[in-house]
Amino acid sequence: MKPYDKLIQDLAPQKFGMRGKIWVAFLLVVILAALYAYYQQFDKGLIITGMRDYALWGVYISNFVFFVAISLVGSLVTAILRLSGVKWSTPLTRISEVIAVAAIIMAGLTIIIDMGRPDRIYYIFLHGRLQSPIIWDVLVITTYLLISILLLYYPLLPDFAILKKHFSNKPKLSKWYGKLSLKWSGTKKQTSIYNSSIKTLSVLIIPVAFGIHTVTAWLFATTYRPGWDSTNFGPYFIAGAFVAGAGAVVVIMFVLRKIYHLENYITDLHFDKMGKLLVLLCLVYLYFNVNEYLIPAYKSTNEESAHLEELFFGGYAPLFWTVIIGGLIIPVIALVFPKGRKPVPLFIIALLVVLGAWWKRYIIVTPTLLHPFLPIQGVPESWRHYFPTPLEWTITFGTLASALLIMTLLFRYLPIIPIHETAEERGILEQDKTETL
Amino acid sequence: MQEDKKKSRRKFFELGIKFGLLASVGTVAVAKAFDDEDNSEMVELMSTDGHIMQVPASEVHDMGHNQHDGYDPRVGFPDKKFVMVVDLAKCKNALKCQESCNKNHYITGENAWLKVYKMQESEKTAPYFMPTLCQHCDKPPCVKVCPVDATFKRQDGIVLIDNERCIGCRFCMAACPYSTRVFNWNEPDQPEAAHSGAYTPDHTGKPSVKGTVDKCDFCPHKIDMGELPHCVSACPNDVYSFGDIYEDAVTNGSGQTFKLSELLKERSGHRLLEGLGTEPSVYYLPPTERLVEFEEGMENYTEFQSVKKSEE
Repeated sequence: MKPYDKLIQDLAPQKFGMRGKIWVAFLLVVILAALYAYYQQFDKGLIITGMRDYALWGVYISNFVFFVAISLVGSLVTAILRLSGVKWSTPLTRISEVIAVAAIIMAGLTIIIDMGRPDRIYYIFLHGRLQSPIIWDVLVITTYLLISILLLYYPLLPDFAILKKHFSNKPKLSKWYGKLSLKWSGTKKQTSIYNSSIKTLSVLIIPVAFGIHTVTAWLFATTYRPGWDSTNFGPYFIAGAFVAGAGAVVVIMFVLRKIYHLENYITDLHFDKMGKLLVLLCLVYLYFNVNEYLIPAYKSTNEESAHLEELFFGGYAPLFWTVIIGGLIIPVIALVFPKGRKPVPLFIIALLVVLGAWWKRYIIVTPTLLHPFLPIQGVPESWRHYFPTPLEWTITFGTLASALLIMTLLFRYLPIIPIHETAEERGILEQDKTETL
Repeated sequence: MQEDKKKSRRKFFELGIKFGLLASVGTVAVAKAFDDEDNSEMVELMSTDGHIMQVPASEVHDMGHNQHDGYDPRVGFPDKKFVMVVDLAKCKNALKCQESCNKNHYITGENAWLKVYKMQESEKTAPYFMPTLCQHCDKPPCVKVCPVDATFKRQDGIVLIDNERCIGCRFCMAACPYSTRVFNWNEPDQPEAAHSGAYTPDHTGKPSVKGTVDKCDFCPHKIDMGELPHCVSACPNDVYSFGDIYEDAVTNGSGQTFKLSELLKERSGHRLLEGLGTEPSVYYLPPTERLVEFEEGMENYTEFQSVKKSEE
């Protein structure tokens, strides 16, 4: 087989196997359960959650922050690495862009789930006030979603044209790929527009990506609450987002490599590089954590220490230290060694990082709310604590399953590794084309 | 010269404003008397700065209700700026304020809008009871963050919520440093009376709406009738005084009227969390020279309850 045909053979989307079907069915079951739970919430109100007047935000908001954080990886791998001329990241661009699109869609939906009156969602457009950070978030999230979709779509144009040809024995599928390819034929003019559009989008997405997570941080930092009232919050959130996103890319690239046998394309080198990147990102994030916790702890104002004592030594301490040590310090130590950056160990570490990142958002949102300026009095004892109810968990898992389902379906129908770009980089596209003609 | 002129002009204005406001300062009885008297009759009135003056009865008119045809609950009453003074020295946690507030706003949840906190700043300092309600800040952090203009600040100083606009994001609750906002987590189980009449933000809780935020509204529905807010009139100990900052006068539940500026000066009034810059409309007088024992108030104190559930 010619190298070019082998390339397409390897990278063209494949039908779900048995495992794939079971996986999709499993996700659908979780999503259906979540839909039922959400119907309960819509009907009875947010009373079905563990939230009350003091813990007025909970797992929905921390899950939302997690999704926004994960979505930033699209800009990291596709834009920042691309613009800085890094070559090894090509096979990871589509994976990270798919993660970004899935995460940002679910971020938008999750915030609606948290609303007391989702039926009034259109008031945001009807009566929106620019003074409110929520409106900034709505603006910047929709912008980011749009740019992310374009940044996923544009590099796909040549691939769609290739797939149209490749699936010529399946007219229906071929027709769809043909339509999506927007009549891509690889002419000079098309290539030049294609290259400059991708470059423009890559530049555009960076400030928007910083914008979306900075604004998300500001949802908290614009209040007076101890633990949130911090000028450090924007960069702290961004640093954390890159950690979460890079971890997610590693996890997903490991799984995809295994299932679709992409060892020739996602090599140990990629794991090694991603491992090094993850160490750097974790160290930067650790630095911000030190700033975020150590300085208020040094000053120990009454408000701050009530909050920090709860985190360091109180009810949240086991979670707090597990997240800091298990989700940041251990990964840093493990990844410093080349052995730690081999696929399997890196996969396990990345899984820890992602789990840690999810719980980290939980610790940022809830404990602060349980330490208001005035003491908590005159409400049932249970209102002084927060833990999500089973229905709340079901809905939350539903959003996570939805994000995974979006990714699964995109990976089913899109080439996971950019075919055109890989061929170009390996110098086998033009050559083989002329040879076969 | 010019300075003088300015001064005298300002004095004139001040006098004019005060004169115009005289009738509204707890002078219902006097005002009533005018109706029957003939024109030559002079009546004595006290201005807000304590001067007694004589005014022809025919020149004095009852101001009647504040609400006019053009009244807009989002704009509020014209030429008013409401203010409340809470005298911590008088509070013995009788909780009549809370009871009355809960009843008249049909509060059926588990978190009252008006709460009496048991406070003690540090080990050696004296404990005291501190009633809190919405502070109706002049720089309200809640209004700042509301994405849909559901909570708003009126020209008369009152901060209200439009429950037909609120989308239930609870950002205002996160932003409020006084924890005075309450969410309707489920469908409120209110009595029939809460559903009578058309909805207006002027009377919060009538009705409460599932999935939206509620809080103390400073009782515009009472002000409109020329009455004091429920908590003020219900308090047996005259803890609360309510009034208009332009009139520089506040009135307590027994009907006594005080000059606001003097009261705050003499009793060293302060506002809660002043350092945050929220500029509340509620002033507190410190719990000094108390006539009541703190322990007495402890009889009523319930740490885990602020809304009494009716026994069925």
